Amino acid sequence: MLKYSIKRLLYSAIILIFVMFIIYTLMYIMPGSYVEQKAYELASKPGATKSATEWLQDLKRQYGMDKGLIMGYFTWLGSAVKGEFGDSWKWQLSCTQVFSNRIWYSFALNAVTMILEILIAIPLGIHAARKQYSFSDYFTTVFSMVCISMPTFFIATVLKLVFAVKLKWFDLTGMIDPRIHDSLSDFGKFLDVAKHYVLPVITITVISIGSLMRYTRTNMLEVLNSDYIRTARAKGVPERKVIYSHAFRNTLIPLITILGGSLVSLFSGAIITEQLFGLTGIGQASYQSMVAGDIPFTMFYLMFISVLTLVGNLVADLCYAAADPRVRLS
Amino acid sequence: MAKNDELKKTSQIPEEPEKKKKKSAYISGRDSRRITRFNRKVTKKLEKQRAAANKNPDLYMTRMRDQNNVVEFDNVCTYFFTDIGTVKAVDGISFDVPKCSTVGVVGESGCGKSVTSLSLMQLLQRPTGQVVGGEIRLNIGNGQAYNIVNTPMEKMQELRGNSISMIFQEPMTSLNPVFRIGFQVDEVIKLHNPDMTDEEVKARTLEMLELVGIANKEGVYSMYPHELSGGMRQRICIAIALACSPGIIIADEPTTALDVTIQAQILDLLQNLKDKINSSIMLITHDLGVVAGMADYVVVMYAGRVIEKGTAEDIFHHPAHPYTIGLMKSKPVVGKKVDELYNIPGAVPNPVDMPNYCYFRDRCEMHCDMCHGKYPPEIKISDTHIVSCYRYYEEGQILGYPKTVNVEDL
Repeated sequence: MLKYSIKRLLYSAIILIFVMFIIYTLMYIMPGSYVEQKAYELASKPGATKSATEWLQDLKRQYGMDKGLIMGYFTWLGSAVKGEFGDSWKWQLSCTQVFSNRIWYSFALNAVTMILEILIAIPLGIHAARKQYSFSDYFTTVFSMVCISMPTFFIATVLKLVFAVKLKWFDLTGMIDPRIHDSLSDFGKFLDVAKHYVLPVITITVISIGSLMRYTRTNMLEVLNSDYIRTARAKGVPERKVIYSHAFRNTLIPLITILGGSLVSLFSGAIITEQLFGLTGIGQASYQSMVAGDIPFTMFYLMFISVLTLVGNLVADLCYAAADPRVRLS
Repeated sequence: MAKNDELKKTSQIPEEPEKKKKKSAYISGRDSRRITRFNRKVTKKLEKQRAAANKNPDLYMTRMRDQNNVVEFDNVCTYFFTDIGTVKAVDGISFDVPKCSTVGVVGESGCGKSVTSLSLMQLLQRPTGQVVGGEIRLNIGNGQAYNIVNTPMEKMQELRGNSISMIFQEPMTSLNPVFRIGFQVDEVIKLHNPDMTDEEVKARTLEMLELVGIANKEGVYSMYPHELSGGMRQRICIAIALACSPGIIIADEPTTALDVTIQAQILDLLQNLKDKINSSIMLITHDLGVVAGMADYVVVMYAGRVIEKGTAEDIFHHPAHPYTIGLMKSKPVVGKKVDELYNIPGAVPNPVDMPNYCYFRDRCEMHCDMCHGKYPPEIKISDTHIVSCYRYYEEGQILGYPKTVNVEDL
């Protein structure tokens, strides 16, 4: 197991180097880069002494963009290996600083969503599978299909219209209520933030339960029709135990793979939802950085996501081996 | 599942050319809706009736006709309410399983052998599959018996694995892949003997593993099913089936999925165990050789009905029904050289739309004038030998006609 993990991690490192190169290339060739924008801005200032092209050359040297694609990448890689990711151009802070300021807001959002998703989708899926072709099966199927099909911005807008505009239960956007937040106790502050998380959490949960529910249902149906479930029934095992012990252990195997792989989604933020609800999470920061052509921060953030994806796959494989005795890692 | 097998059969069966009815391979949208509505209505009603019967011990406690039988099938009708119509998988079968004997049930694929056994275990996939008529009586001693058809699920869970147990035909998939062998055998012992301590349960499990001929019992106890071969897994399934010393063991084609040498070993094992334990075996197979070697009594099924039953001697040496005679002719015999093995012409009628005359008439080489009448009754031609064929109408004693259930009346 250890040997396997080390081997996988080494492979992952090689994959990572190429992934990062592709990302760097994309950022590098993106039109309207941060440096260009900055150059035009400086050149159009009243009393500007240099033209935009001159500013551009100056700034390129300053930001290390004059070395060309390949050299630029290896310079970045060299410092990244040492753990230096440089300063974010847009936020005027070190990349790690921006990251640690923002990540926990996104983590909280995604963790709560994921827990809700698991708690709602898996029991619903099992129920639908047990009562196949019943009213509740069709209802959950239709409901989940509707949920999957709706775009994020639509659900968010409807929720805002109903709960923020009409009922006035929640604020339209933002993380805190600026009028009262400072006067609240610590616990009050927490509740205030939690209140602003309700609509974003509902939005993401509604969108994500559908697929997990359908996945659970399909797997459960397959397991329930298998011979060993019939054997369990023939042994006289009570129906509850057949479902929750014999069948669920087998349904869990593919589910673990899915959930292990979604480790990355805990940290990746929710770009659209955060933007819509004005949450200052990592998704929003990365979106704004990308639009601004902020190479150091985007590189740092995407590297983080790539590492998480690779580690997530490894974790999923390890979980798979732990859940299914037939799988041997070698 | 059995249901799917039935469906597959239906779709494969070619339409008889002389039939003037519309082709059943194609169902119009209106017919399909009508069938679905009818099925929903009937199954709902049957489920309601069952729920009512489950509450009333008078309806599920009964008496055996003969105390020396372990199980009596009395005119059992098991129907599947499928989207293409009602499939009469088992339609009025009657036979007994006497104590400490082996009853072989033979017949071709899709003739209702497995459905009969699943009806006995109440393992049919409801609400599609329903026992709509007849009684299955299970002897529990002191003159009492359960009528399995109406027995509630809680009682059924006590009986399964304890009084009736089953060995399935697919050992490769019949054990749960994520649990250790020890756990799976322990489970059934623990369920039916709640007083036993864990040590006693384990001791019993090891004893069972030894009984089914597993040499490395301690090792196998902590192994997973995928670490064992097919033959070993079938031994484990047999151990699970025997663990609580049931009155009857249903072996549903226990050797079909195994290669020939392992088949021989498993059959030897069953044969030896039969003498050691006081259980009856209901051996379902389409291998006549297996039946000849093991069974005391033989039941021959065709298209959901019993067409002939008797002792092994009766069936193998004096087969009476043309179908049985055909079967005997079609099996290869060592030392006898033939160019081509005999085969019975034609195919089984469509189970959705059975004829009202003898089901075998259109394939029968010996049919007579009476065969154009209704389905033949059971005719007793010796003390032990019963056959459903008009050829014996004059000489034998007529016992009665199989009672079918009219689904429209349900």
